[in-house]
Amino acid sequence: MNLDAKIPAGPLADKWANHKAKLRLVNPANRCKYHVIVVGSGLAGGAAAATLGELGYQVSCFCYQDSPRRAHSIAAQGGINAAKNYQNDGDSARRLFLDTIKGGDYRAREANVYRLAQLSTSIVDQCVAQGVPFAREYGGLLANRSFGGAQVSRTFYARGQTGQQLLLGAYSALSRQIGLGSVRMHPRHEMLDVVLVGGHAKGIITRDLVTGEVKAHSADAVVLCTGGYGNVFYLSTNAQGCNVTATWRAHRRGAGFANPCYTQIHPTCIPVHGEDQAKLTLMSESLRNDGRVWVPKVAADCGRPPADIPEERRDYFLERKYPSYGNLAPRDIASRAAKEACDEGRGVGPAVDGKRLGVYLDFSASIARLGEGVIRERYGNLFDMYENITGENAYRQPMRIFPAVHYTMGGLWVDYNLQSTIPGLFVGGEANFSDHGANRLGASALMQGLADGYFVLPTTVADYLAGVGLAGRPSSDGPEFRAALKDVNDRVARVLSINGNRTARSYHKELGRIVWDRCGMARDRAGLERAIADIRGLREDFWRNVRVTGGADGLAPELERAGRVADFLEFGELMCRDALEREESCGGHFRTEHQDAGEARRDDGRFAHVAVWEWQGAGAAQRRHEEPLRYEEVQFSTRSYK
Amino acid sequence: MAADTPDRTLRLKLRVWRQRAGSPGAFEEHELAAVPVTASFLEMMDMLNEQLVRQGREAFAFDHDCREGICGMCSMTINGMPHGPIPGVTTCQLHMRNFRDGETITVEPWRARAFPVLKDLVVDRSGFDRVIQAGGFITVRTGSAPEANNTPVPKTVSDEAMDAAECIGCGACVASCKNGSAMLFVGAKVTHLSILPQGQPERERRALAMVKAMDEAGFGNCTNYGECQAHCPKSITLDVIARLNREYVRARVKEFFSTTGKPRKGGD
Repeated sequence: MNLDAKIPAGPLADKWANHKAKLRLVNPANRCKYHVIVVGSGLAGGAAAATLGELGYQVSCFCYQDSPRRAHSIAAQGGINAAKNYQNDGDSARRLFLDTIKGGDYRAREANVYRLAQLSTSIVDQCVAQGVPFAREYGGLLANRSFGGAQVSRTFYARGQTGQQLLLGAYSALSRQIGLGSVRMHPRHEMLDVVLVGGHAKGIITRDLVTGEVKAHSADAVVLCTGGYGNVFYLSTNAQGCNVTATWRAHRRGAGFANPCYTQIHPTCIPVHGEDQAKLTLMSESLRNDGRVWVPKVAADCGRPPADIPEERRDYFLERKYPSYGNLAPRDIASRAAKEACDEGRGVGPAVDGKRLGVYLDFSASIARLGEGVIRERYGNLFDMYENITGENAYRQPMRIFPAVHYTMGGLWVDYNLQSTIPGLFVGGEANFSDHGANRLGASALMQGLADGYFVLPTTVADYLAGVGLAGRPSSDGPEFRAALKDVNDRVARVLSINGNRTARSYHKELGRIVWDRCGMARDRAGLERAIADIRGLREDFWRNVRVTGGADGLAPELERAGRVADFLEFGELMCRDALEREESCGGHFRTEHQDAGEARRDDGRFAHVAVWEWQGAGAAQRRHEEPLRYEEVQFSTRSYK
Repeated sequence: MAADTPDRTLRLKLRVWRQRAGSPGAFEEHELAAVPVTASFLEMMDMLNEQLVRQGREAFAFDHDCREGICGMCSMTINGMPHGPIPGVTTCQLHMRNFRDGETITVEPWRARAFPVLKDLVVDRSGFDRVIQAGGFITVRTGSAPEANNTPVPKTVSDEAMDAAECIGCGACVASCKNGSAMLFVGAKVTHLSILPQGQPERERRALAMVKAMDEAGFGNCTNYGECQAHCPKSITLDVIARLNREYVRARVKEFFSTTGKPRKGGD
């Protein structure tokens, strides 16, 4: 497997500019002769499709939702980072780069992260010009807030709906291109395979979710911006439809899968309330600007109403353990600290399965200092959402929060050009692995999605197209396409023919419980080995005993679910194997064998690399490869937020 | 108020719309027991579907995705009300504690001529996308934007734009309107973009193009019933419709009196 990251030569700060100057271009008159497929219409996919269309390429964009405006980027709440230094607090591209590398626990690629930090400022310019209504100061200039893992205020926001507003900006740009005819939009379509011709990605197979038609589409290049795999845990903050199928199918066709064990557990989500729950809801990290996290000092107080617990009997554990970052410690650290408190029996809220899994996020001090009006203006929609779900008023009593799966740093391996190990297959946004190392800092996902979509992919895809020339696009009824179509149809027929006793959802739930218990916030060898065996058993049972009703003609929600669960059942095993092989703790990956009194202990000697898994065929174990991480400017150091 | 516990459960009678493409639909009746009051409405629908699949019957198709009230995908008419009885929430944010034990709940798709039923509770809302494609944007080529703080926007203007921009495009406004009007949706986008300084150059053509596309997509006209405002999960107000009317008239008048607004030789 060729893992040449193609990092450009030269000083870190000049790499992207030098690289761009060398990339090949496509003559404007020729661009309309090239056809690019973009799968996914979130920040990365929507921005890439809009920009490629605007440049003059023929673009086909696919999404599973009924409109590109609904991609899950829309749910991001808190904000987007940009190194504008509008606050005059010492920010710069270099500092954003350093924060991101450190936040990722020294497991991200230096050159990619530096480029991301440099592009951050152009993103905010672009979005403001599109009419994104970012928060403003009374003087009319842009406002900022703080976010975890940084000591500057560089986060731009639109109330608690920043992702929505940025996505609607990208959607408006995309809509303009659809109206002009340069982008052909295919909503309610799911990608079920990628097609290779001569080793290059030249098309995809989709199922039209309304008619049920399975169809081949050919192109000169394919761009996947299909999001993360957090729903492998069943309960997560992801949308219900988020799935691993597109990236997993690409992996099975030869794309390397990088660092699947890097998953982010977000500290501030509404706790689980019961067995039939299908979704966990995030409460934005921005709340930690004004909320204080605490649990009772002793377990005996946990059943008491929070107002009855006096100040001296409360443990503000983040402020105690990490005095310099306090409640704004990075996500992985804040999550583990909450888990630890609950494991000690000091959790709060109603017990589910005999355990209280929750900690308080308390706004009383901020309300007393700033007034309820200010808090309402900053977070009103989040407090309303909290009340809808829990029936509790967080202006009057502390919120109850607990960590939940939120984001996945791992993804398809890509080089500096965001090209996977399959030539012609590009991957952007959460679907790739490239920028966040072992832990993503808050307000960086929106930044990465838009950097990839608006600025990186349009440039690097053009270079690929210029290289392959105009003769490359095969017909969509060639032998490779017919073979892939047959594979997809066979698989659909097979899952429908089983007619067993268990629903696809019940398998998904069981898989989720296995990986949450053994590959969640804390992992160890014995647990991972058991998880792998259990997942294999569950997968075998699925293919013997799943029941899918409703057939395959037309809208078939149970068939869609079964296909996605089947891929999660394969992917979950790889995630656990990756966690097993990485014998260190870093970022979101915490192996209990490798710690210093609760703090992650990295092993830079053995594991300062990207683990990349290569598909070896059905039934065979994937092969693990390594891309070494060579740091030119950053020194490895122990991450400290104390 | 104490936190609800999942121990308190409901037994429900559900009347749910069943329809295949190209054929008329009908209600199907089902009983569902042990629904925890802490469950969301869609989790209750999941429970119903699980029960149906276990019985070897077909699950109901319904649209849903983020389940946190922001993607705008969920779209049920519950007891005659789009998104159900609680003001300011989407179906996915409606929780079962708002229903009584033994209650009969009627679940239908959006009912509007411009939103044809695709199956069961799923409708086609692509008319909304066509309206946005016609003009719901500010033209800005990627990479050509000026430095962000070169365009100051008064906080009050930015806040008002944000109030309108919060629209999630769910279509409850259309579904609740006797006329099947989309003017709350269109007005929200026109308001968002027309009051910002960045939106000025395309202000008139945007209003004209979006209204034209709205009419072509088969949406009705506003006759001030105000149902849309009452059922909007984001509490967007009729003010945006007033502004849409104003923007449209303004654009027509300007078009009539201006030479620069008219198509000229060499294209517009």
